[in-house]
Amino acid sequence: MADQNLSETPLRHSHERLGAKMVPFAGWLMPVQYQGLREEHEIVRARVGLFDVSHMGEIRVSGPNALASVQWLTTNDVGKLQEGQAQYSLFLNENGGVVDDLIVYCLKKNEDYLLCVNAANTDKDWAFVQKHNRGAVLENQSRQWGQIAVQGPRAVELLEKIFPGFSACAGFSLLKADFEGASCLAARTGYTGEDGGEVFVPWDKTEKLWEKLLELGAPLGVSAIGLGARDTLRTEAKYPLYGHELNDEMNPYSAGLGWVIKPDAKDFVGKEKLLEGKKQALQTKLVGFVMKEKGIARAGYPLLDADGQNVGVVTSGTPSPSTAENIGIGYVPKELAEVGTEIFVEIRGRKVKAQVVKTPFVSKN
Amino acid sequence: MATFRVPEENYYTKDHEWAQVDENVVTVGITEYAQESLGEVVYVELPEEGQKVTQGEPFGVVESVKAVSDLLAPVSGTVIEVNTSVADDPGTLNDDPMNNGWLIRIEMDTEKELANLMRAPDYKKLISK
Repeated sequence: MADQNLSETPLRHSHERLGAKMVPFAGWLMPVQYQGLREEHEIVRARVGLFDVSHMGEIRVSGPNALASVQWLTTNDVGKLQEGQAQYSLFLNENGGVVDDLIVYCLKKNEDYLLCVNAANTDKDWAFVQKHNRGAVLENQSRQWGQIAVQGPRAVELLEKIFPGFSACAGFSLLKADFEGASCLAARTGYTGEDGGEVFVPWDKTEKLWEKLLELGAPLGVSAIGLGARDTLRTEAKYPLYGHELNDEMNPYSAGLGWVIKPDAKDFVGKEKLLEGKKQALQTKLVGFVMKEKGIARAGYPLLDADGQNVGVVTSGTPSPSTAENIGIGYVPKELAEVGTEIFVEIRGRKVKAQVVKTPFVSKN
Repeated sequence: MATFRVPEENYYTKDHEWAQVDENVVTVGITEYAQESLGEVVYVELPEEGQKVTQGEPFGVVESVKAVSDLLAPVSGTVIEVNTSVADDPGTLNDDPMNNGWLIRIEMDTEKELANLMRAPDYKKLISK
């Protein structure tokens, strides 16, 4: 069936046993859904779900020049990170556009960092990191780490059973812990808007950990969750997805990501052009909206003002399983970004009413 | 892989619509294979009565949570009846695509166009690939 060039995660056979529908995604054969997108979405909001995110890329930056390199490569202030802490950050190109968004994990202050990047961008990121490295030891560890996200109101309880002490981890911090003799990293991070964690586990132990999480999670009502629900969950949380809200041309100030850009603290790739474009970029805002008339906004559809002028673009849109509304994310001029503003989505030539709303669309349970 | 019902008496398009012909009136819907591939249908957009449709051209849209798909007319003609209940309850397309989930009835311009459609054995072959 599938393209022979697709990579497979260590959980491929587990997915098939669970009856997953497998699809190509970012060069990988991935589970898009198991029993159904809506059910899976609701399980994560109500209980706990497991996601195979082994396709994500991992780049290790170490050695005496590790801190200086990660500072130069990323926009956030890595100097603030203590051992066991993590931060959301960006790689920018020389034009100030976004190469990727990522999480930087500090494994040892000044000398050992793990960068977790998007699967679709791993090759591009690896080239970027090699090009702009400032003397650190680099290793592409994407095929060494499997990764399982455990998300939902019962997620921490489940992770605590396998990684004692995890529940004491603060948000955006991580625990170095063993699983059956293998060194893992359990981080209090996620991409669903729920509490939980993301566990880096050696590739060949990933399936064992997955099975263990299913077994110990059974009394908590755990289920495997596909990429379909992962996307509706992150959209409800208004987390950006590279290729939708972010791209190589996008100035991240438009996306509201000024909080992860620290130009006063340090220099970094793309800083000059980024700051040149900042004022103009802030004229545009990434907003959340709900449809007020029938129709679903989809990525790429034009956003219109009341006069029908094309003023922006939808970056993501979906029916929201949690709110039962049709929700969307998109770029609009800042004059139309106020909560409550009426905007319109052009759907197949029709002008369909929507309203800018407060986000996230769904807050944590 | 589930097996899908493919009634012998219907005609089929390669885009997974079925067409049931009663003299010059053609009832149109999506096949069981189509609903299974789409997943949960959340939105259906259908034409108005009296609208002209053209064989192979879109007459409406069906959306799942993840995807937008055009509905293509199996024959050319005039829409004489629209199943408005599926627009109110799009899940009907998942539950019963061959009966209550019918979409429109077309008064066809010419029977000759039926020759461009598939019969059940060929359609079964298409979806078993």
